[in-house]
Amino acid sequence: MSTPVEQKDSQVEPTSADLPVEDRPWQTIVWNDPVNLMSYVTYVFQKLFGYSRDKATQLMLDVHHKGKAIVSSGSKEKVEGDVARLHAAGLWATMQHES
Amino acid sequence: MNGWRRSGATVMAQLDRHEAAVLRGLVAQIDDMLRARAAEAPRDELAELTGIRTGPATPPDDPILSRLLPDFHRLDDDAPDQADVDSAAALRSLHEPELLDAKTGVAGLVLRTCPENGGKVRLSLEQAEGWLSALNDVRLALGTALDVTEDMPDELPADDPRAPHLGVYHWLTWMQESLVQAIAGDDI
Repeated sequence: MSTPVEQKDSQVEPTSADLPVEDRPWQTIVWNDPVNLMSYVTYVFQKLFGYSRDKATQLMLDVHHKGKAIVSSGSKEKVEGDVARLHAAGLWATMQHES
Repeated sequence: MNGWRRSGATVMAQLDRHEAAVLRGLVAQIDDMLRARAAEAPRDELAELTGIRTGPATPPDDPILSRLLPDFHRLDDDAPDQADVDSAAALRSLHEPELLDAKTGVAGLVLRTCPENGGKVRLSLEQAEGWLSALNDVRLALGTALDVTEDMPDELPADDPRAPHLGVYHWLTWMQESLVQAIAGDDI
């Protein structure tokens, strides 16, 4: 997955790493499993999140090769809904606070 | 069956009698398991008054059901965080009834649209997406039962008790792959 470009701006914004765990944003994690098809996982990421084919494919490859990928993030309610929709599609998804 | 093909907003395939029987049998079994789980949900007067349903707070013991109805947090450490355990219980209780509805819904759709004696299946795009979820659930169930691994061979040694069933799993994999391609076409 791509990493955010480092900010050149000298203004120091508080990052979520400075926040107590319970105040940090939530992340939706999809884990690798031996059954789900690569094509199906890509399709689900496009369909549920509106991701481009390239982005969905990259996330699928991360799941496949690295064992997991962060597929969305945000408020608890948003991420909870995302995990529920991924479960309905049969993907192995969980949620956690940003580390 | 020669795979799925799409014509405009219709997705079609031809299943022979045996294929239809195998598919319907597996889907019906999973539907039964899911309905039995739904029947275990706690019932109380408050839920009936408010219409807000709550499911069980604990995961199913059965490995197939537990794969179809996963936890909202990773709890497989030796000592998971108690806050995660409590949160997973609350989230399961809140979301499981809806998840069971979704899964029994797509199972029912396959049973309604797949002719009992085989023949042509004609689906709208929305129905085809339901079939895709249902086929995935069947593969998850069978994959769990057969302890499928990422590098599963095409055939197992003849003395492996799973050998006769692996062919069905591979057939379902092929059918699902064909359906993804038919639905998504050039979009994926």
